[in-house]
Amino acid sequence: MKDRIEEGLTEIFHDVFEDDALVVHRDLTARQVQGWDSLTHIRLLLTAERKFGVRISAAEAGQLKKVGDLMDLLHAKIENHP
Amino acid sequence: MSSFLQNLSWLVRPPADFRSRCGQIAADPAQGRSIIRSLATTALDTNQLLRLAKTIHKYRQTVQPDDKSTPFRLACVTNGTPDLILGALTGTAPRYGLALECIASNYAQPVQDILNPDSSMHRFNPDAVLIALDWRAMPIAATLGASTNDAVNRILDYIQVILEGVRANSKAPCIVQTFPAPAERILGSYDRLLPGSPSNVLGRVNLALCDTVPRMGGVLLDVAALAESVGLANWHSASAWNLAKFQFSEACVPLYADYVCRTIAAMRGKSRRCLVLDLDNTLWGGVIGDDGLAGIQIAQGDATGEAFLDFQRYLLTLRNAGVVLAVSSKNNDQTARLPFRQHPEMLLREEHFAVFQANWNDKPSNLIAISKELSLGLESFVFVDDNPFERELVRRTLPQVAVPEMPEDPALYTLALSSAGYFESTSFSTEDSNRAEFYQGNARRAALQSQVTDIESYLESLQMEIWFQPFEETGRKRIAQLINKSNQFNLTTRRYTEAEVASFEASSDFFTMQVRLSDAFGDNGMISVVICRASSDLEWVIDTWLMSCRVLGRRVENMVLKEILVRALEKGIQFIRGFYLPTDRNSLVEHHYSNLGFSHVASHPDGSTEWLLPVEGANVLAAPMVVHSESLAAQ
Repeated sequence: MKDRIEEGLTEIFHDVFEDDALVVHRDLTARQVQGWDSLTHIRLLLTAERKFGVRISAAEAGQLKKVGDLMDLLHAKIENHP
Repeated sequence: MSSFLQNLSWLVRPPADFRSRCGQIAADPAQGRSIIRSLATTALDTNQLLRLAKTIHKYRQTVQPDDKSTPFRLACVTNGTPDLILGALTGTAPRYGLALECIASNYAQPVQDILNPDSSMHRFNPDAVLIALDWRAMPIAATLGASTNDAVNRILDYIQVILEGVRANSKAPCIVQTFPAPAERILGSYDRLLPGSPSNVLGRVNLALCDTVPRMGGVLLDVAALAESVGLANWHSASAWNLAKFQFSEACVPLYADYVCRTIAAMRGKSRRCLVLDLDNTLWGGVIGDDGLAGIQIAQGDATGEAFLDFQRYLLTLRNAGVVLAVSSKNNDQTARLPFRQHPEMLLREEHFAVFQANWNDKPSNLIAISKELSLGLESFVFVDDNPFERELVRRTLPQVAVPEMPEDPALYTLALSSAGYFESTSFSTEDSNRAEFYQGNARRAALQSQVTDIESYLESLQMEIWFQPFEETGRKRIAQLINKSNQFNLTTRRYTEAEVASFEASSDFFTMQVRLSDAFGDNGMISVVICRASSDLEWVIDTWLMSCRVLGRRVENMVLKEILVRALEKGIQFIRGFYLPTDRNSLVEHHYSNLGFSHVASHPDGSTEWLLPVEGANVLAAPMVVHSESLAAQ
């Protein structure tokens, strides 16, 4: 499952930032990625919602500090609603 | 079923190597266009569309835009965040043969942008303005239970200001969206009756738009209907609106973009016109050659049979709306015709098809034969076949033909075909409803032509009658339709709105002519339009000359020129000047003026050519037809 989330997120990051070389890992933050602004941030979340079939609230979105937080959030949501 | 629409299920899935193909576009400019087009015809998601859009932008910077797509500039007036939509539109446009460039109005002040003639929106010089407003950002606070009129009128006034602002500063027609109702209700079903409730207000606004928008020369984009088909709860996304002012769910962006692009394509006359159908397991269940008349499924009382009946009923409706039907089936001719002749429950009959091709040739060859017989280009064709092999073969061989993926279950055939939006239309006239008959007549004419060897006696046998008349009110709609849709037999491809057409009627600087033709096989309706501008007391310049390709090869253009000459002589005009402005679609008329005896005056750097004909002494070969010419005294 963790692998599935990591793979899925990698694909989403590659699509949204149009950089197929981008390595997606737990400690990655917005500052390290070129083009990660408020709009691409929302695109990331909306695409993740669609791909993983989950809903992320604005409050949850606001608490994300790094990619690892998003991975954990998705993991918890998919666990609860497989 | 909502995912059926959102996933664009009638399109093939994107290739697994989508990303590397995008890379190929830049690396191989020669192949770039066909790669772009083939990627755009797959069911790309929002991110893929945005990536393709960026690739297209880069590609356009390096390669000359001499491709076969129709350029179109779209300005979006929106009070939401346009970023996703603009990219998705650019990525979707090649699916419809469009090279789209789009910009959005300033997010915070769409109305100011429209009213300022020097705004970036007007400087962009758009071909159309898309009015994509969200009611949540509009000044419409309504009191529940109070009269709904105030709220409705406030929204309508707001839109009216926008439409008039666009009209004052630009010639571009507006594409105006209807408003989807919110998914949430206040008092439930009663909301529809409850004055001031959003669904009540928006429902009445939408009804009013059906009246206002066409009157203002605009085109309606029924986003309310789209949202209802998807399901309002799927369409709307409160979080997408709250987070970023996206007007609807991210999952619906590709579908929305397809709707906008098909509307633009329809405005440019690029809608499909002919539907070629397979027979076995497409129009009935089973194989007529194996199962026989009693074995095929096409009857009431059997769920599968009823599904096919429903599909046949839908096809008949399309035919009544002007879609030409044809058959391409791998069968013996007599076997294939059996159900049409002898099965009592079949709704479709042989007379509903303009061409019936049942043989053992491959389907691409049959499609080419049908195209020739109907004198209708393959880019107007849709091919429906339950067999994935045949679909793929046609896609590879004839990429200009639209080939929808068909669901396994025939109960979904109608939904698949209708969702694909091939027959999108921005207007409907009686000429449209008779179009299927015209083409059937055409096919019979072609059959007759192959029997009559000498062209003169063939033209005689057609018993043609032609009517010339200046522009006037009853023909105006059709005139505007022809002006905006004719691509092939069109010397200058100048587009005019209905309002502009009306202005020519009144102006003494213009000589206008609408032309109708009938023949032994039926009434062809209005088939040609001419606009001449008096450039001096002695000369007319042909501003517009177009003709329906249905009547090619009958010297109708000769008769039109003869009529122009007669009228010119009456007015003391001594010279007729014509221009040919080449596009990627009108090479058909490259030699039009030289064929008619005009002298070549000049070739211009933009590729256009200029021609001149002295009125006196002009000698034009006539065609055998009865001429009815209405007095043009009014002009």
